[in-house]
Amino acid sequence: MSHEASYKSLRRSMILMLILVSLAPLVMVSAVLGNRFHTSYKEKALAHLDEVLLKHKQTIDSFLDAKVAEIRVLVDVTPFKAFFDPQTLESLLLSLQDRHHGVFVDLGVVNAEGEQAAYAGPFLLGSADYSQAHWFQAAMRRQVYISDVFLGVRGLPHFIVAVRKKYEGRDWIVRSTIDFAAFNRLVENVRIGDTGLAFIVNKDGEFQTKPRMDISSELPKLMALIKSRGKPGAGRWLSRAKDASGVWSCLFESPSTGQEYVVLMTELKGGEWTLVYQQTERDAFQDLYRSRIAAIVIVLLGAAAIVAAALYVSQRFVNHLRRLDREKEVLNEQMLETGRLASVGELAAGVAHEINNPVAIMMEEAGWVEDLLEDENPWENEEEIRRALSQIRTQGGRCREITHKLLSFARKIDPTVVLLDLNQAVEEISELSEQRARYAGVQIITDLASDLPEVRASASELQQVLLNLINNAIDAMDGRDGRLTLTTRKVGEDVQLEVADTGRGIPAANLQRIFDPFFTTKPVGKGTGLGLSICYGVIKKMGGDITVSSKVDAGTVFRIRVPGAEDTHVPAGKDAQSRTSA
Amino acid sequence: MNEHAMKLLVVDDERHFLETLVKRLGRRGFSVRGADSGERALEEMSASPADVVVLDVKMPGISGLETLQRIKADYPLTEVVMLTAHADMEAAAEGMEFGAFDYLMKPMDIDELVYKIEDAWRRRSLRGLKIQQMRSRARTSPDET
Repeated sequence: MSHEASYKSLRRSMILMLILVSLAPLVMVSAVLGNRFHTSYKEKALAHLDEVLLKHKQTIDSFLDAKVAEIRVLVDVTPFKAFFDPQTLESLLLSLQDRHHGVFVDLGVVNAEGEQAAYAGPFLLGSADYSQAHWFQAAMRRQVYISDVFLGVRGLPHFIVAVRKKYEGRDWIVRSTIDFAAFNRLVENVRIGDTGLAFIVNKDGEFQTKPRMDISSELPKLMALIKSRGKPGAGRWLSRAKDASGVWSCLFESPSTGQEYVVLMTELKGGEWTLVYQQTERDAFQDLYRSRIAAIVIVLLGAAAIVAAALYVSQRFVNHLRRLDREKEVLNEQMLETGRLASVGELAAGVAHEINNPVAIMMEEAGWVEDLLEDENPWENEEEIRRALSQIRTQGGRCREITHKLLSFARKIDPTVVLLDLNQAVEEISELSEQRARYAGVQIITDLASDLPEVRASASELQQVLLNLINNAIDAMDGRDGRLTLTTRKVGEDVQLEVADTGRGIPAANLQRIFDPFFTTKPVGKGTGLGLSICYGVIKKMGGDITVSSKVDAGTVFRIRVPGAEDTHVPAGKDAQSRTSA
Repeated sequence: MNEHAMKLLVVDDERHFLETLVKRLGRRGFSVRGADSGERALEEMSASPADVVVLDVKMPGISGLETLQRIKADYPLTEVVMLTAHADMEAAAEGMEFGAFDYLMKPMDIDELVYKIEDAWRRRSLRGLKIQQMRSRARTSPDET
């Protein structure tokens, strides 16, 4: 049904509209706020990591500085001669170990040739030769040197703090081994979240601390990043690629696991070492991702609620509309029925008179027979009695014909659409209206085309249209001795009916409103104003058109055009007929 | 008052009805003529004015009401009994206004019609008598003065 289709499309556009209008702000607000939150939260989280890293950088730097300073103080304040005394050296070491929780592992003095002159410590190194050691060569060039971590002659990871001192015209180096474990702990403690990992590498990519996890596979890529020093294009540097505090940060994808890491790095020991901190992005921005999931869940729930509401509201609206439409339909039907009753009433006035006449004749004839039977010898009048009886029969037949016609019309409205012969309908109704026309002094002329295709219509509705138009025409000509012409023609594929009267016409001002319901120029109580609006409705329903043209005091023509049914063939041999009745 | 000196005219467009009614009234001793239209009725009246006219209201051509008006205008003494259709009270009331004696609804009982005609005739005769008396008084009064 086209009704259902229009309801559906209405509902669809309503749902779309509601969802669009409600979802758009929701999505926009959450996108904008989410983006803002995302950016600022990331900045904050990075700033926090920066802070942590800087603190540790300071701690490590001050640790190293403190160790160097300690040795320098030792060298400065102790008579250098005492370093060569194993007893004194041993007590110095013990004191250092005691005050520094065992950070200093051993203490030794090396001459300019790299030979160890004195030693105190657990390794009983005696006179080791350091002349080829990298740290020794570096220490000889500088006043103070902290070595990289190396395995050394003892095969244990350690690093050396060396201080050069001039004594008796010769260069001497006082060196101490720093406990790797104690140093390592400083860095290991830098641990945030589950995956936070800190370590120190030197320029050659050698670990200076022992990372908690094996990251050797990622090291080459990391070194490339470290060497690039935040150069654009070398890595996915975050917005604060190198901030004032000397921390670089970037995103880094692990070649082995494919995980995304946030990497922060800063220089240590004047650029010789780099302190690296890495953490998986997921871990670093965990709170962000959690709140993002919460936001998405809320948005989705909201969207679901909106969709549900849109469905519900539109369903209710459409249901309401459907009910209204149904009520309107019922009202229309009632209106049609009312208009029908009105036209039937009008018709009845004529028909009543028509029936009344034969009844009166029958009663007169019956009375006449009674009169004759009162005679002494009634059979003298047999001829006359027979004539009267046959007249009664004739008049009875007339009554029956009239009642049949009326009954066929007055049946309840049947909107079933069937194939109809318009000519036949015109003839029926014009016959029915003849009596009324005769007393109004109107002559009905029918001019019906023989090649008329059938039309699809409800018989009772079509009858009503014709009756309304004929009644109106007769009313318009009351007391004017007019002519009512009913013409049918085939126009293209359409069937056309013209109802033309020679009545008083319709003023132009009323012509516009003539098909409006309840518009009438008849006095109150005479017309319902429904007739023509019903005609209009019926013809439109048939897919046709009804138009009117009128000239005041000359007459009015109503022209109806309805589509002819395609598959109709006109019965042959039915010639054009023109019938005139007075 | 001799009823049977009365001249009666019945007017109805339905020929069968008219013929039978004329026969029945004739059988009851009336001197009755028929006319099947308003025009014919007026012709009959001008040929020989009737005392009482039984007139159908609804007729094609000159309607009953118009015929009534013309008869009343030309022959004021003639009484008219109207015959109306059942639901047509308006026409009956209008007819009374135009001076009809009374009305009957069709189909009517023949006896009722006869009574009405006799009543109408009585009034017609009384009025005729009164007019004669007034005329004779008018004629004699100049002698008295």
